[in-house]
Order: sequence, then structure tokens, then C-alpha cells
Amino acid sequence: MVTRNIKIRNELPELKPGIGIKLGYSVLYAVLIVVAALQLFPLVWLLFFSLKNNQEVFNLPPLSLPMKPRWENYEKVWSAGNIDVYFFNSVWITISATVITVMLGSLVTYAVTRMKWKGSSLVLGLFMVAMMIPVHSTLIPLFSLFNKAGLTDHPLSLILSYVAFNMPITIMILLGFYYALPREVEEAAIIDGCSVNRMFFRIIFPMTSSVLATTAIINMIYNWNEFIFVNTFISSDSYKTLTVGVQNFIGQYTTDWGAIGATLMISILPILITFLFLSNRIVEGIAAGSVKG
Amino acid sequence: MDKVLSNKKIIALYVLPSLLLILAIVYIPIVLTAYYGLNKWNGIGAMTFVGLDNYLALFKDATFWNSAWHSLLLAVFSGISLLLYLIVAMVLAARINGANLFRKIYLIPMLLSSVAIAQLWLRIYHPTNGVLNSMLESLGFANPPAWLAEPSLVLYALFIPILWQYAGFYILIYYAALKNIPASLEEAAKIDGANALQIAWMIKLPLVMEVIKVTIVLAVVGSLKYFDLIFVMTDGGPNGASEVMASYMYHEAFRAYDFGYGSAIGFFLLVICLAVTWVIRKLTASKDTIQYS
Repeated sequence: MVTRNIKIRNELPELKPGIGIKLGYSVLYAVLIVVAALQLFPLVWLLFFSLKNNQEVFNLPPLSLPMKPRWENYEKVWSAGNIDVYFFNSVWITISATVITVMLGSLVTYAVTRMKWKGSSLVLGLFMVAMMIPVHSTLIPLFSLFNKAGLTDHPLSLILSYVAFNMPITIMILLGFYYALPREVEEAAIIDGCSVNRMFFRIIFPMTSSVLATTAIINMIYNWNEFIFVNTFISSDSYKTLTVGVQNFIGQYTTDWGAIGATLMISILPILITFLFLSNRIVEGIAAGSVKG
Repeated sequence: MDKVLSNKKIIALYVLPSLLLILAIVYIPIVLTAYYGLNKWNGIGAMTFVGLDNYLALFKDATFWNSAWHSLLLAVFSGISLLLYLIVAMVLAARINGANLFRKIYLIPMLLSSVAIAQLWLRIYHPTNGVLNSMLESLGFANPPAWLAEPSLVLYALFIPILWQYAGFYILIYYAALKNIPASLEEAAKIDGANALQIAWMIKLPLVMEVIKVTIVLAVVGSLKYFDLIFVMTDGGPNGASEVMASYMYHEAFRAYDFGYGSAIGFFLLVICLAVTWVIRKLTASKDTIQYS
């Protein structure tokens, strides 16, 4: 069954066709399946216990299906706490930070790659070095700066931090794409009397839509899951995002495993659903964002 | 054309917003971190300049060296695990059907927030009700340990979910790099009689060396500044047994209100991350770059 699905474009020369190749590929598949099982197992277990009550969690074998799915766990946690507030905060903060980062990053990348000026490589260097700087080394001064500016416990502190810290990776992903744009497009536009602004916004920016989607997705994953800035800068419940909100919320349910499981499922479902629809882009985006380093 | 593309006003308009932001959120805080480290400060009252006292105290602080040692151990484990990830990626890239599906499954943990992962693994490790110990018990191990409460085990117990979280990320990077190798090279080697292992070792490995170097930097520096999962799962405990550099900095600043000392740790963290990046790049620098064709 397994071997029927395998396309062998080039038979490996040391293996005789037939049983040898079948065996070799079965071993390869076994490795891949074991790794996949290891990656998925904790999440499947989470899904199962989010649909059980404590008695079922503790007395049945871990991977047994719930006797009847207890969806009321989900209803309970959604209506009991501030999960909806956290959820909404996560959505709007993630989206605004992402839009600002992608827009500003595009402008910088355009100026650095396509325009002629002396400091361009220095400016690019400043953005690239920032990638190596640990967030934690900036945490204490950022906290006191935001405090002085009256921005602690204010969503702006999060948005500013997300934009600044995601700018380097965004520029890095965009760079290769901008370098590869053909010069002829700009030449033709300039001959026609097009201004730089018009050229960027009407011609170049739309041309980058595919790579923009990639960078936007990377930004969204980072922003959605960000923890330390929210945990440090935000104190009131009305501004917390899902990551920190979930952490506090679970504290109230330390003994109710079904409720905890449901809360965790709610916090990871948006990302999983996005991944289901956009997985190719996400995979490419992460590959593009890292390999070029 | 050059005249249009060197318009100073437009360049400033495109670059300055992002440049000012990254200076304010990343670079100025670093300078401030170094400066705060020279002061005694509780974060609210007046600062007292104490010169190098904090930095000197750091060198005599056994807790700090313990946390640095834990960070280093994590870096070593992450470095070793890269080899496993590379092997899985090689298997995945061996023209196997379903490779796409596998690499997507592997990536899922990396998309989830550290808080969700931490809360999930807290339950996996739960001494009586966790999935790990229930399985060990059903396999006949009486009294399996309380993984996160055991000072000698806790650190290694924390490494597992961290390696689990990032497995898909590194497998994906290696896979993307391996897929970039033109098939013609492999075919030529086969014609010359090379077997699969020889091709992997003598052709593919050298060609993805650059990417391997990048991942070593990412894994080592990422480990040195690691924070989220440990902070949520054990908060550095029990009794400092899982404290790492970033969590120690956080505790000193935001729990003990010693912002001066916390900043000294933060600055040390920055220096060590930049130094390690530089050293790895130097050690692995190759003089000749490999051309595919």
C-alpha cells in the first residue's frame, strides 16, 4: 500500500529494483511517521482532555476518546472569563502591528534597494544587526521609557515594540524580492514622468503582493504569540492579549482539566485554522525568512 | 533616472519613521541597559551611580553562573538536536510522496504560543495525572518521578518541549535548502556510481553548509536568550534548578526590584549573544563559496 504511492524518479543504483527499494522506502517512511506522531501526540491528547470531565481524564487511559464529548467545557470558559476580550485584543493588536510593519518595511526596503544614496548600506546594517539583539536586553529600559511616556498599560507600547522588533526580519524577507525587480519597470515609469511616490505606490508595491503576504503571515504568528512584552507592560485585563490572558485564566481552574484544555484549544485554534488554509504560504514564508540569514 | 531616484526628501520620508522607531525601541534601550547597570536603582526612586559594582557582583554571583550554565546546556542540546533535524530533512527531501504533508505536520508546534505549549506540557509532566507518568505506570514503572519538581531532572524535562517546539522549524529550513540543490548534481553522482549515503555526505552536506551555519547561530543564540517556556512552566524553580539568564534577569528586575542589577545581567546577555554570533561566524567562515553550476 505504502510502496504503491511512491514515485521513484531515479532508482538508487546500489539497490536492486523490487524488494530492496520497497524496504528502503518503508524505513524512510517509518522515520517520517514516527516524527509526525511525536509532533502531533501532545496536541491530540489536549483535544481529547478538553472534551472530558476530571473523572474521565484521571481514570481512563490518556488516549481514550471521551465517553461523550463535553462541549460545555468550551461554553463554560468562553462565557466565564475575559477570553473574548483577550481574543479581540489579540486580533486588533496583531493586525495593526502587522500592517504598520509591512508598510514601513516596504518603504525602507524600497529606499535601500532601488534608490541611490550614501548611507543606504549603513542603514540596512543597522536593521540587520538589530536581529541579533535579544529582546530581553531591552526590556528594563523599554519598561521605564514607556512608563515615563505614560504608555505602560497602553496597547501602543505593544504595537511600537512589535513593529520595531519585527522590522528586521520583514526587511530581510523583502530584500531579495526587491533586488530581483527588473530595472526596466522603473526606467519606463520615469521616462513617462512618474514621480517616485507614484511609482512606489502604484507600480512597485502592488508587484510585491505575494512576498507581502508571506511577511504579513510571519508577522502575525509572532505578534499573536508574543508573551514577554504583554506580561511586562500591560497590567489591566482590558488590554491583555490571549497569551497572557490564558495564562492568568488557567490559574483559576487549576483542578478542572477539561476547562483548561478548552481554554488552550481556544487560544491555539485561530492559528491552526489559519495554517489549514494558508499552510503553503506559511511554510514558504518561514523558509524564506530564515534561509537568507 | 538617477536624479529622480536620489531625491533626498523622499528617501528621508521612506526611511526615517522606521529608523527612528528602531533607534528608540532597540538601540537606545541597549545603551540605557549598559548605563542602568552602572547604577543602584529600584525602578521608581532615584538612581545612585555605583560604577562597576553590579558587573563585578555578577561575576561572584553563584546563582547567575548557574543560570548561565543552564543556558549553555540548552545551547549544547539544541546544537546536537540540529543533527537529528538534518537527518529527518534529508529523509524528507529524498523524493518521497507526501513530503509536503509531513513538513507541515512537523511545523505545527512552532506556530503555537509558548504559553499554550507550556501549559500543555505542564499537564504532560503532571506527577499523578500526566500522560507521561500514566503511560510509564501502565508499562510497569512504579513511582515515576515528578519531573518538574526534581532539581536534577527539571532542566532536561524542560529541554524536551523546547526541542519539540522548534523541530519543524529547523527541519523546514534544511528541507528548503536541500530542495534547492539541482537534481542534475545528484544524477551525475549516481552515474559515477555513488550510493545514497555518499551522495548525502559528499554532495548534499557541503552544499547546505552555509544554511547549517546559519541554523547553528540561530539555535545557539536562541537558546542563550531562551525565556518564555521556562518562565511559565517552572519560573526557574525548584530552587533555581531551571533558572536561565533571561529568567534570572526578569526576576532580579521585576520581582526583586533591583533594576540596576537586572540591567547588568541584560547587558551581559547582549554581549554574550553578539560575541557568540561573531565567534560562530568566524569559526565557520568559508573562504570559497560553492556554486551550484
